[in-house]
Amino acid sequence: MARMKFLCDADRCIDCNACVTACKNENEVPWGINRRRVVTINDGKPGERSVSMACMHCTDAPCAAVCPVSCIFPTEEGVVLHSKDLCIGCGYCFYACPFGAPQYPRIGNFGSRGKMDKCTYCAGGGGDEETGSIEEFKKYGANRLAQGKLPLCAEMCSTKSLLAGDGEIIAQIYKERVLKRGYGSGAWGWMTAYHESIPV
Amino acid sequence: MISVLARICRALAPLVFLTMLSMVLQADAQQTKPNAPVSPDASAVQEQTLLQQESRIQGRIDIPDKRAGVLIQPAGREWDHFHEVTLRRLGAIVILGMVALLALAYVVLGKIRISAGRSGRKVVRFSGFERFSHWLTAVSFVVLGLTGLNITFGKLLLLPIVGPETFSAFSQISKYAHNFVSFSFLVGLILIVTLWVKDNIPKPVDIDWLRQGGGFIKSKHAPAGRFNAGEKMVFWFALGAGAAVIVSGLLLLFPFYFANIAGMQIAQVVHAIVAVLFIAVILAHIYIGTVGMEGAFEAMGTGEVDMSWAEEHHDLWLAEVLTRERSAPPPRQPTPAPAK
Repeated sequence: MARMKFLCDADRCIDCNACVTACKNENEVPWGINRRRVVTINDGKPGERSVSMACMHCTDAPCAAVCPVSCIFPTEEGVVLHSKDLCIGCGYCFYACPFGAPQYPRIGNFGSRGKMDKCTYCAGGGGDEETGSIEEFKKYGANRLAQGKLPLCAEMCSTKSLLAGDGEIIAQIYKERVLKRGYGSGAWGWMTAYHESIPV
Repeated sequence: MISVLARICRALAPLVFLTMLSMVLQADAQQTKPNAPVSPDASAVQEQTLLQQESRIQGRIDIPDKRAGVLIQPAGREWDHFHEVTLRRLGAIVILGMVALLALAYVVLGKIRISAGRSGRKVVRFSGFERFSHWLTAVSFVVLGLTGLNITFGKLLLLPIVGPETFSAFSQISKYAHNFVSFSFLVGLILIVTLWVKDNIPKPVDIDWLRQGGGFIKSKHAPAGRFNAGEKMVFWFALGAGAAVIVSGLLLLFPFYFANIAGMQIAQVVHAIVAVLFIAVILAHIYIGTVGMEGAFEAMGTGEVDMSWAEEHHDLWLAEVLTRERSAPPPRQPTPAPAK
């Protein structure tokens, strides 16, 4: 079975934030929640790079490990999902996440964050809701993966900077790009997320 | 006029053409030479370089939530390791170790009896307000300790028994209990410190008490004032550890007000380590106050202790209390009402 991953080719990202907008629209996430964001490093300096980042669906996901109620788990395809029915809003996944992926509806004084929300790789939720049902959509957003589609952020990326799909395939695409154009700033976050990088 | 302009244009045309040609040639030269000064990769930031310079990668972000500008913080994985491996081992060793030690103490020493037997005469040790302050802190501590342990050990011990739904509901309640009971613990701790700090200042007699085996050796008498050296150690430990858990806890209670994500990770580590040690020390405190020693619980129960117990464990304090009683003016007689 394919191991789903994200890869942002920072040499192609133009900081257009279309992935951010697409994600918000496709999943109808509430105000203040950003499942995906674009961060610009060395802004305005020579060699600046923009990186689109969401949940990387890590190998040995630290959020899943620290969750006190074990409501976060990886699927067979390596997508990290969680159950909002079991989440107690403690914020531990946010401390553990290397990519700032977990989001909460409220700031959370006195532990009142509410249920955690994060990128689901457009694969619905980890609760008991039926796949593709309206209940699942309301709680977790779209389930494109069940329809044979990839996450919308990557699908509609205008420069094809953001890649989603089987980790081996997208790594191969990235390697070929680097070989052809002669440079690459690396697969951002891969070492931390998957314990491997793509040599460039 | 127009013809003049046209003539100038015609004269300049070859020049323009030449300039454009040279630009194209230059661009070509750049593409063929990988190390040419305008290579798009020449000064690109690299993830590895950035992570070697700093522990996390940050940048500019378009959305209003500026905290999201932290792109990668590998420390999350280290915190995960602390929480899942280090803390669990430390907690299990410290807490189970203390339980084992106390069980051993009970087997070897048994309940420390009042060797002179009960005298039947009582002396007031703690006032009602002192007992209230103690129990306010104590009940808060037990609630905080159990709900705190649930966060770390609940999924190992409780979740398999009660199932995910019940465990989540319980954990949700215990999270809020932990967050709000912390304030009654804070009030209790302030009261305790204010009431007892003057009797907990270390004195030379404390060294004697330690030399005499702290009242655990029956043949020796360990002298002590109102609080013995052991109690003083518990007092100062409770003050230090209490302050540490309160401060670190408040940092976590108001996320991003005082600390960023790295600060909150450190706060949680401090909170957890200190709390685990605190629980172990308080277990010993509970042991000696209940099953470990005859006549000790009464001090915090009814507030009155037996004279013999006081003589054996707090002789200097008892002498002080008796002198005070003797020197105090006798209870005032009701003044006879003037004759009408």
